Amino acid sequence: MKYVLMFIETEEFEKEFAALEPAEREVAYRRVYQWFDDHRDKITNRGNKLQAAETATTVRLDGGRVMTTDGPFIEGKEVVSGFTEIDVEDLDEALRMVKTWPGCPVVEIRPVAEV
Amino acid sequence: MSTQDELARVVRDHAGRLAGALVSLLGDFSAAEDLVQDAIEIALKRWPAEGIPERPDAWLFTVAKRRGLDVLRRQQNYRAKLAELELPVRPPADDRLRLIFTCCHPALAREAQVALTLRVVCGLTTAQIAAAFLASESAVGQRITRAKRKITDAGIPYRIPRDDELPERLTEVLTVIYLLFNEGYLSSTAERTHSRDLVDDAEWLTALLHGLLPNEPEVAGLLALIRLHRARTAARFTPAGELVLLEHQDRTLWDHAAITEATALLTRTARRHHAPGPYQLQAAIAACHSEAPTWSETDWPQILVLYDMLLVLQPSPVTSLHRSIALSYVRGPAVALAELDALAGDLENYPLFHATRAQFLRDLDRPAEARAADERAAELTANPALLEVLNERLAR
Repeated sequence: MKYVLMFIETEEFEKEFAALEPAEREVAYRRVYQWFDDHRDKITNRGNKLQAAETATTVRLDGGRVMTTDGPFIEGKEVVSGFTEIDVEDLDEALRMVKTWPGCPVVEIRPVAEV
Repeated sequence: MSTQDELARVVRDHAGRLAGALVSLLGDFSAAEDLVQDAIEIALKRWPAEGIPERPDAWLFTVAKRRGLDVLRRQQNYRAKLAELELPVRPPADDRLRLIFTCCHPALAREAQVALTLRVVCGLTTAQIAAAFLASESAVGQRITRAKRKITDAGIPYRIPRDDELPERLTEVLTVIYLLFNEGYLSSTAERTHSRDLVDDAEWLTALLHGLLPNEPEVAGLLALIRLHRARTAARFTPAGELVLLEHQDRTLWDHAAITEATALLTRTARRHHAPGPYQLQAAIAACHSEAPTWSETDWPQILVLYDMLLVLQPSPVTSLHRSIALSYVRGPAVALAELDALAGDLENYPLFHATRAQFLRDLDRPAEARAADERAAELTANPALLEVLNERLAR
């Protein structure tokens, strides 16, 4: 089954990460790369790291006219900061994989709909 | 035993087995569960008039299969599978275990875990679950439908967790059963007749789990805990249905054979596993109470030690509250009151906090404060049994 993993940052995590020394930050990145390498055979689309939420632009099409606004679609303290697609047996395998994720503190696992 | 009780028992004995077998054969949790539920609904309508058939499992299976074939006329894809279906002579016990772990999967909301377990493993109908939790039938129905859809769409597997995942997942299952037991035993809202059925279901589920996983010490611990509490049922209520506190219960009414058996189970488990978990500790506390010939001869120092161990594993203000009661017998009500007052921040809105405080204050001969505390407790609870006790105290 295919799932998209959405990596979610919290304000606190962002602040802590920003306060790290460059060398510490490098170690953190390396652990994330290592995780991607460790699960290479399950990852069908490496996805991407996203630019910060301040760079988001949201277009609303449901109010009768098109509205373009600044910011992510939901004002929240937790924002999606990246994603990847995996192909695993079932939710338990996805859970096992996510439990070893060394990056941001929240991960949403969403099955990909078969169309 | 009333016919209804007997029906419920027969259904429960077979529903989980049937559901387990059908899920593994069809590979579709939702479809299998619908078939079983339909068969149960028909049985509950027909058995009271026609009598319970000699082989209820075969009867349920035949009805489920016939219903399945009806569904197939609309949905071709299960035809081949269903047509070949035979009632498994002795389906592997694993099937029910897999069923329990699927229903209690951590990706499902707690309420959904509870409703699904009661329905799929225990064979309760949506209406029966709604009655037990004083919820509307449509709300329970929706919860079950959403959960079944999530099992399929999110890829929640139908299997026993791997060894390295088992402890965590078993904790989830035991939490669901413990919740059923508590809801039945200390129900905050439910009517007594319904809530007693939940205790029955909780005991049955734990016994089933213990049969399937005999070497899991916490399963044995929870089973002993539930059985020790049930052994006191006859003394817990007056003939008029009023709650009798442990202190005032007629101990000759207790089921002493059941107490001996549950205590033996606990001892056997403790001998094999040296680090008791929270359920074993709670059962050990219940065993101390059950073995005391009178309230005043209760082994309070031992109970205090057990609460201290429990607090290390599972710190909780409610556990500290119970510990303070043991403490009052070991070191006096003044020490206990000081400990209890330290919990005020966490338990300000918890009725038993004020009721216990009232007890300590009465022991310290401070009746006016005791009364105020009992009044506060009465304001905070809707539990009819607890209200009776509090009103009786206040009327004195």
